[in-house]
Amino acid sequence: MRLKSFPWFGMDIGGTLVKLVYFEPVDITAEEEQEEVENLKSIRRYLTSNVAYGKTGVRDVHLELRNLTMCGRTGNLHFIRFPTQAMHRFIQMGRDKNFSSLHTTLCATGGGAYKFENDFRTMADLELLKLDELDCLIRGLLFVDRVGFNGHPECYYFQNPSDTQSCVKRPCSLDNPFPMLLVNIGSGVSILAVYSQDNYKRVTGTSLGGGTFLGLCCLLTGCETFEEALEMASKGDSTNVDKLVKDIYGGDYERFGLQGSAVASSFGHMMSKEKRDSISKEDLARATLVTITNNIGSIARMCAVNEKIERVVFVGNFLRINTVSTKLLAYAMDFWSKGQLRALFLEHEGYFGAVGALMELLKTTEEQ
Amino acid sequence: MAECVRVEGSSHSMDKSITLPPDEIFRNLENAKRFAIDIGGSLTKLAYYSTVQHKVAKVRSFDHTAKEVPSDKLYEISVQEEITARLHFIKFENAYIETCLDFIKDHLVNTETKVIKATGGGAHKFKDLIEKKLGLKVDKEDEMTCLIKGCNFVLKNIPHEAFVYAKHADSEFRFQNTHPDIFPYLLVNIGSGVSIVKVESEDKFERIGGSSIGGGTFWGLGALLTKTKRFDELLQLASKGQHTSVDMLVKDIYGGSYGSLGLTGDLIASSFGKSATADKDFSKEDMAKSLLHMISNDIGQLACLYAKLHNLSRVYFGGFFIRGHPVTMHTITYSINFFTKGEVQALFLRHEGYLGAIGAFLKGAEEDNPNQYSWGENYAGSSGLMSVSPDINPMQRARSGTFPFDMLEMDRLERQLVNLPLLQDASSYIPDTVDLTEDALAREYWLSCFEEALDGVVKRAVASQPDIPEAAERAEKFRQKYRHKLQTLRHQPFAYGSLTVRSLLDTREHCLNEFNFPDPYSKIKQRENDVALKYYQKAVKSLEELSWEERQFALVRGVLAGNVFDWGAKAVSDVLESDPEFGFEEAKRQLQERPWLVDAYDQWIERLKGPPHKCALFFVDNSGMDIILGVMPFVRELLCRGTEVVLASNSGPALNDVTNGELQILTERIAAMDPVIQSGLKEDRLTLVQSGSSSPCLDLSRLDKVLAMVVRERQTDLVIIEGMGRAIHTNYYAMLTCESLKMAVIKNSWLADRLGGKLFSVVFKYEDPTRKPSKDTVALTPS
Repeated sequence: MRLKSFPWFGMDIGGTLVKLVYFEPVDITAEEEQEEVENLKSIRRYLTSNVAYGKTGVRDVHLELRNLTMCGRTGNLHFIRFPTQAMHRFIQMGRDKNFSSLHTTLCATGGGAYKFENDFRTMADLELLKLDELDCLIRGLLFVDRVGFNGHPECYYFQNPSDTQSCVKRPCSLDNPFPMLLVNIGSGVSILAVYSQDNYKRVTGTSLGGGTFLGLCCLLTGCETFEEALEMASKGDSTNVDKLVKDIYGGDYERFGLQGSAVASSFGHMMSKEKRDSISKEDLARATLVTITNNIGSIARMCAVNEKIERVVFVGNFLRINTVSTKLLAYAMDFWSKGQLRALFLEHEGYFGAVGALMELLKTTEEQ
Repeated sequence: MAECVRVEGSSHSMDKSITLPPDEIFRNLENAKRFAIDIGGSLTKLAYYSTVQHKVAKVRSFDHTAKEVPSDKLYEISVQEEITARLHFIKFENAYIETCLDFIKDHLVNTETKVIKATGGGAHKFKDLIEKKLGLKVDKEDEMTCLIKGCNFVLKNIPHEAFVYAKHADSEFRFQNTHPDIFPYLLVNIGSGVSIVKVESEDKFERIGGSSIGGGTFWGLGALLTKTKRFDELLQLASKGQHTSVDMLVKDIYGGSYGSLGLTGDLIASSFGKSATADKDFSKEDMAKSLLHMISNDIGQLACLYAKLHNLSRVYFGGFFIRGHPVTMHTITYSINFFTKGEVQALFLRHEGYLGAIGAFLKGAEEDNPNQYSWGENYAGSSGLMSVSPDINPMQRARSGTFPFDMLEMDRLERQLVNLPLLQDASSYIPDTVDLTEDALAREYWLSCFEEALDGVVKRAVASQPDIPEAAERAEKFRQKYRHKLQTLRHQPFAYGSLTVRSLLDTREHCLNEFNFPDPYSKIKQRENDVALKYYQKAVKSLEELSWEERQFALVRGVLAGNVFDWGAKAVSDVLESDPEFGFEEAKRQLQERPWLVDAYDQWIERLKGPPHKCALFFVDNSGMDIILGVMPFVRELLCRGTEVVLASNSGPALNDVTNGELQILTERIAAMDPVIQSGLKEDRLTLVQSGSSSPCLDLSRLDKVLAMVVRERQTDLVIIEGMGRAIHTNYYAMLTCESLKMAVIKNSWLADRLGGKLFSVVFKYEDPTRKPSKDTVALTPS
């Protein structure tokens, strides 16, 4: 067996973010090091000695998987992301660093693998190995869950999701993960019913996803980044924006068993000019977040019931640093299913597609 | 979820000096009782029950044994006052509520009314005003219960209530048949939020789900994003926008489609996904469009998930988000088609806006048992779909000084109506042969034809009431009303469901009744019956002299020749008016010689050589020659063969069609001359029933319950339908479980032309479901 030459990358080019995983070998022998071209060294140094790249690239250091063994090599797996908007700058960098001279295969998934394929070829003389994003997502997810998060479980859930006081995050294992309903919340949302690593189907999807949250927040509050939008949302109160059941009925709507505190109409108060003039940007951000999250929860729950699956796993970068949404999803699954459904989350939220792409690279290596 | 109350609406209270047109709105208020009101976010719907006094023509037989017979007439016609029940529903903008309440107070005579049933999100807001103005106690009813009750009522009682919306088709509205069993269904009510209700029976329904993303989200978010306050304006913006500049599409991510999943490039991957990454300004129109798509798709998706989970295929959409807005009907339809791949159709309702008011009314009228009766939409008094165009800004309408309102009137029918038990498939039965909503050429012809015939109808209406001086004035009002209806139908053929020759005829009858011309042909029918009766015995005698084979042919020709006498057909009424001596023999000469345009006569004769039928149901057509010299000898022959006969005639007058009342008298008189008819009546082998209809056409899905019962009891195995109205304009394609005979003479040259025949071409269609269909069938639609 001949190992695929370094560097090992897996890339997932989404609608909003590019997710890049990089395997940094730590078991390089002196002999190897001598043979290693300068170019490769420089790439490794650049990636591992920085936590930010350019204006918008970020390495999620806290997610790094250390001393991982892949294909007989030991190393650290690094998780890097940057906006898809910066894709052309990234390709230019690949050209400037003469990446094509390394004769590596660049495994890429996500829609951008198709969209930017030609740009990679013409601008940087690089050929992409295009991979299906859902295949990669599932493969990557199962791999990361299997190897664990540096000795801790990758998976977690919320205990007492219906009680904000005692609601706590708890680690758990995904042993025997099938069947599961996998809800991937990126710019949009895909919902998959997964029966085994190779047997899954896309049940449905919705266009109301992370892109909608950020897009609406930008329009409504003038914010510019996801972090900013979430920061605002964490300080706001959505009940100033949303019309609740009790706003209409004065209390519960008993005929239909609806609690007074349930949202009757998202942004319903905004029909009134008075109310429009009295709310804050934070309230709007919060309402947007709650609306999108509840809607995803509602669709996911219906799919779980229709597909007769009790385990619902939420992934995707919408959930990054977004405890408002994770807790709300946990609560919604538990409440509306009367405890029948459990929402599960994974620490590496949005990176599984990229991990899956990297694994494909190593798989092609084995076959050679 | 509840409809919201528009808070800013109070800023433009309307000028109270506006005068309401009392002839047109709040009609029959003096007899009104049982009020109900549904106050929504912008529209108020008022419902009341009233009795209508109008004239009906009654026939009464003279006592022919008595000496003092005043004339040689068969029967006398008297015009009597009759009281019928009518439901009135009026929809107007909330801004007019005070004006309307004042008007009602001034005109309300009935003092028994103590309570007004109220529903809708705005009911509490106007409670004090209503109680103060009307002196009635406001009794609030649950909104969703009212909605469901109203929905059940319209689905059961109004044909073509539900429709599929297809923006780019030849006709945007595709109306659905009334299904004999309306349950179970899903109602998706899109108010400020969304409620998804599963309805299983009259009293059993359950809210199985919902969503907070609804009309309020469109309105609220839309107002924030575009600084546009009004819901209607937001929809207008949306209809002008391009969502692709705001939404992230699959092709924005993939560069094309996502082939392996079958997701096309134009599919929205992320709503508003581009507004996060691009730093440009977005137009109001584009944002409104994107928002509309986002919300419609989301609701459509949820509706599909619930429909699938509960295994329901009939999904109706309502609520202010939908209410007659082509834009939202289109986006919801698109979404449902996308998510169910066409398995579920989005259905909308013509009277969606009235459901709450109808339901609230029914709650208050439970002691009158309104659900025990059949009701019919009154085309004369109802405004029709889209009568108030949603595209017109209400503020502009107010400035123009008109008072925009929309009305629905429903008459309580005397008879309970049910399906003919012999229909092969009641759920797919369509009475009408040609849908003029879809066939533009035919529509143009028939609308002009009815317009041209209007002068003659007005003339005969006046002539039918020679002793009443103000008849001319009323007839003129009738002319204006019907002409206006025809004009409306020219622009909005879908106003009352599918436009058909039948609906045009029925609308004319409704308009005539409205202006107290209950039976303009009563005297003509009387005269014709008199004349024809004199020839009866002679006709029977000459038939008896023929051989069996000759007689069968002569009988069929007799029915056909009788059918030439028809005031409903313009070509004939011209001849009849210019040449009253136009006789029966003359009519026979006019008939087309065999082979006829549709000719199954040989099969019919073959069948007659076999065993007699058990019982024949005969839907008769015109008075005079038709019934007396055509139909009766035919009936006589059937009786002689040992076949029982049920004669079904109209309950109320329509053109010169023989009514049940008239036929009773005629049959008695014939029985007095003819022992065969005599014994048939006596032995109960000849039965007269009423159809339950007052139309020149025939809807086999709305027939008198008694007729259905008799048909079942007698084990009817042959149905005979006679005349253009019943066998050509309607029922030409009706499939029955037993043998059927459809006989008509084409008395309209345009129609004859279209069918490839000439004036007075004959259609003789005999069908036996156990045998292969006759290949002589002519398609009644152009190839």
